[in-house]
Amino acid sequence: MGKPNDLVQGTLDLLILKTLRLEPMHGWAIGKRIQQVSGEVLQVQQGSLYPALHRLEQQGWIKAKWAESETGRQAKFYSLTGAGRGQLEKETANWARLSAAIDLIVTEA
Amino acid sequence: MRWFAQLQMRIQMLVRRTAAMVRLDDELRFHVDHQIEENIAAGMSQEEAHYAAMRVFGNPALLRDQAHSAWSWTSLELLLRDVRYAVRTLIRTPGFSLISVAVMSLCIGATTSLFTVVRSVLLRPLPFRDPGHLVMLYEHFRDSRSNQEGFNYNTVAPADYSDWRAQTHGFEDMAAIRYWQFNLTGERGELPEEVKARGGSWNLFPMLGVPAAIGRTFTESEDRLDGTAVMLTWNLFERRFAGDASIVGRQVHLDGKPYTVVGVLPQWFTYPDAKVQLWVPYLSGLPPDIVPHHDYHFSTVVARLRPDVSLARALSQVEAVQYRLHSENLHAPVAEDVAPRSINDDLARDVKKPLLILMCAVACMLLIGCLNVANLLVARGAARQRETAIRGALGAQRWTLIRGQLTESLLICLAGGGGGVLLSLAATQWMASTWKDLPNAVGIHVDGVVLGFACALVFLAALLAGLLPAISSTGKAVFATLQAASRTTSGNLSRATLRKTLLTVEIAVTVVLLIGAGLLLRSFVRLRSTDLGCVTGNVLTLDLSLPAQKYGSPEKVNAFNEALLEKLRALPGARAVALGSSLPGEGYGGDDVFTIKEHPPLKPGELLPDALIRMAEPGYFSALQIPLLTGRFFTSDDRLDHAGKIIISDRLARQFFPGENPVGKTIHVPAYKDADYEIVGVVGDTLWQVGKPVEPTMYWPILEGSLVRGISLAIRTDSDPLAISVPVQRQIAALDPALPVSDVLTLQQAIGDSLGNASFSAKLVLAFASLSLLLAAVGLFGVLSYLVAQRTSEIGIRVALGAQREQVLRLVLLDGLRPALFGLVFGLAASMGAARLIQSMLYGTKPLDPSVFAAVSATLLLVAAVACAVPAWRASRLDPMQALRME
Repeated sequence: MGKPNDLVQGTLDLLILKTLRLEPMHGWAIGKRIQQVSGEVLQVQQGSLYPALHRLEQQGWIKAKWAESETGRQAKFYSLTGAGRGQLEKETANWARLSAAIDLIVTEA
Repeated sequence: MRWFAQLQMRIQMLVRRTAAMVRLDDELRFHVDHQIEENIAAGMSQEEAHYAAMRVFGNPALLRDQAHSAWSWTSLELLLRDVRYAVRTLIRTPGFSLISVAVMSLCIGATTSLFTVVRSVLLRPLPFRDPGHLVMLYEHFRDSRSNQEGFNYNTVAPADYSDWRAQTHGFEDMAAIRYWQFNLTGERGELPEEVKARGGSWNLFPMLGVPAAIGRTFTESEDRLDGTAVMLTWNLFERRFAGDASIVGRQVHLDGKPYTVVGVLPQWFTYPDAKVQLWVPYLSGLPPDIVPHHDYHFSTVVARLRPDVSLARALSQVEAVQYRLHSENLHAPVAEDVAPRSINDDLARDVKKPLLILMCAVACMLLIGCLNVANLLVARGAARQRETAIRGALGAQRWTLIRGQLTESLLICLAGGGGGVLLSLAATQWMASTWKDLPNAVGIHVDGVVLGFACALVFLAALLAGLLPAISSTGKAVFATLQAASRTTSGNLSRATLRKTLLTVEIAVTVVLLIGAGLLLRSFVRLRSTDLGCVTGNVLTLDLSLPAQKYGSPEKVNAFNEALLEKLRALPGARAVALGSSLPGEGYGGDDVFTIKEHPPLKPGELLPDALIRMAEPGYFSALQIPLLTGRFFTSDDRLDHAGKIIISDRLARQFFPGENPVGKTIHVPAYKDADYEIVGVVGDTLWQVGKPVEPTMYWPILEGSLVRGISLAIRTDSDPLAISVPVQRQIAALDPALPVSDVLTLQQAIGDSLGNASFSAKLVLAFASLSLLLAAVGLFGVLSYLVAQRTSEIGIRVALGAQREQVLRLVLLDGLRPALFGLVFGLAASMGAARLIQSMLYGTKPLDPSVFAAVSATLLLVAAVACAVPAWRASRLDPMQALRME
């Protein structure tokens, strides 16, 4: 059995966008939230998380703002842009198609 | 609006990059701190928590790089880094950098200048309406004599032109242009000036799409024999009439006749060349008997193709008409065919081939320059081998290393390109003003396209010079350096081979250039020293024209000519004076067909014999020292109605009177007064133009009195002929103060002018070849010095073991001369091919001229030996103790 934190290629973007749908968050919180919601199955490595955040920001799907965090320190909060919402819908639909397809193959056998 | 957000992001990432780096660090530290807090909450000590957090976090530098690489402009950042690095390395070796930049400036500058000229002259469409559909039409004779020089575009007879225009439909329109020259004076006859002019049919300007800048162009009704409309070019309008637009509608005097200025041509219009000062309608001023002729060739024809008709189809119609005209005019010189020519080629005439050859020469020089820089870069690569190896071992990818080196050569070429463009600004100007035969010289300047070309050259040169050294110095073998003991030289052997190969190519190309230059130069020297058939030393020449109004009768013309001769012959310092229609070496002065009364009539289909025509006064031949072979010269009795005499040249006598005495025979010239002329003498041949074969020539007595335009004078003197020019002009002014005098030159200058083309291209190619030779010598010197430095310890051991100085000298010398020899052999082989390409430009010189090949080989070997001698000498003087301690 592989490591539980192995993420299917390209799904990290979807996870980040989905996580940011409700409220702006900083990097640490995004990682924690994904871990929590997935029932501790998915652990996002910092080595993947931050490059991904920066890439999404460059593409205009999320935007960042420095604000005070819950502990009173300055932190970089990411939030979803309008374009990001559209992208989220597209990637969600994609994922549904893909997982259904994989599911079909896996359960068939 | 996502693109806008992206753009904003990009700009922000570009201008606030450093701030973004700090922010990224903050962000990552925030994350780690959170992790530490979490760890402490889980019960770890401060220190433990810190280490655990760092452990989970991984390599912060790598993470930073990864996040960083997600930003835009990464490639720009890399480029900047490469550039910074390259600049630093270049500054560290200023000598190398300066030499390379100078070499590239020279090569790119020369190539850019030549491209500028080639583009303006050969490539840029003329600024006419839809120039792609314009084509020049010429007559084309089939006989072998017309085709012997490979150039067969005969000017068109007026009646041919009018038949073509009336009887064919493939062309939208056709217009005719003829040469003309006028003595221009004002309304009151002030300030005479000899101006070059053209006669253009009324439809010419509308067809070309050239509107008048002021006034209008010619109307159909003005294009008639007694038409007196004239158009000024902008140049004349500004210069002579101070740009005063009220000149339109007023009169000027041409050859004493009043003409009405109907318009001024736009400033940009300098067709066919900038020397043309004014235009008259095509027919205006033509002798009436010439117009219906099919064998008076003096016009060029421009035609505009109909867009829906192919050139071949349109042309076949014209050819059909022409062939019918040929058949209808038995024996007369009416061409069989019609030859089309692009309007650009037509303007470029004699300069196209020299231009292309110069372009090739300059491209060779650029190649040599690139090879030289490549060679220098290989040497540097060798010196920096260890550094490259260490960078590679530390994880630099091969592409990164290659990119670094390419950046260096790109920087060199960019600096060279900048210098080159500056250089070419000056060089282009110089060429346009020095090269007299260049058409469209005003339009030659550096513009956007040329700059684009220069940029392309820079990148090409950078690739050419940088890629090979970069690839060779970053290969796998590089890592061997790290393992190798410091004394071995084996790692460098392949590099030395590469350098020698580059050098061989460089020398081979140099040899080709040198041979080309040698052949052109030799041919030019041959041209200079051609025997014209008459005296050329200490001869002053000048031209004048008598206004037809004032000199209306043969008696008046003769009176002037004889008075002038008498005055000039009496001048102190003048040994002899010749007066004629043209002088030897001064070019074509018209030709005519003739028949020989005493000979049987021509066979059907045979063309009438043809000869150049000249007019001469009795003293012409003896003054110019043209020898009399049989018979007599003209006398002053051969005048007016008694002028039915003719003198023929030796060539004409040999060709048309083989084995008989021509004196006393009768020549009939149908075109010239349809009269009979008795041959009274045979004189030696003279060349009508240096570099052209001797043509049969007929001389008429000038005292028959009809020649008023284009009188040539030659005054032979004891000493410097130019010293007598002012007294001569004073004598002319004393006879008629309104006569303009033109082309006051020594005969040698006049001939030199006609050789301008040959001399210019020969000198330029020689300059390029010399520079290439210098570059090759520098390359040879560099390679050998490098090799000697590499082998210092080896030579030291040899000397320590007892090798003689001479042996060492020979060893190194041979090492350097080997690539030179190989290059020479390859170069000579390639030259044999290249020489054939320039064969048509050579005069009296075989393309495989052994003396040129020998001279080039000797020069090259000599230069190579000198370049090798210094390093070889240094090697032989090596102190073995020092050499062995060096490492």
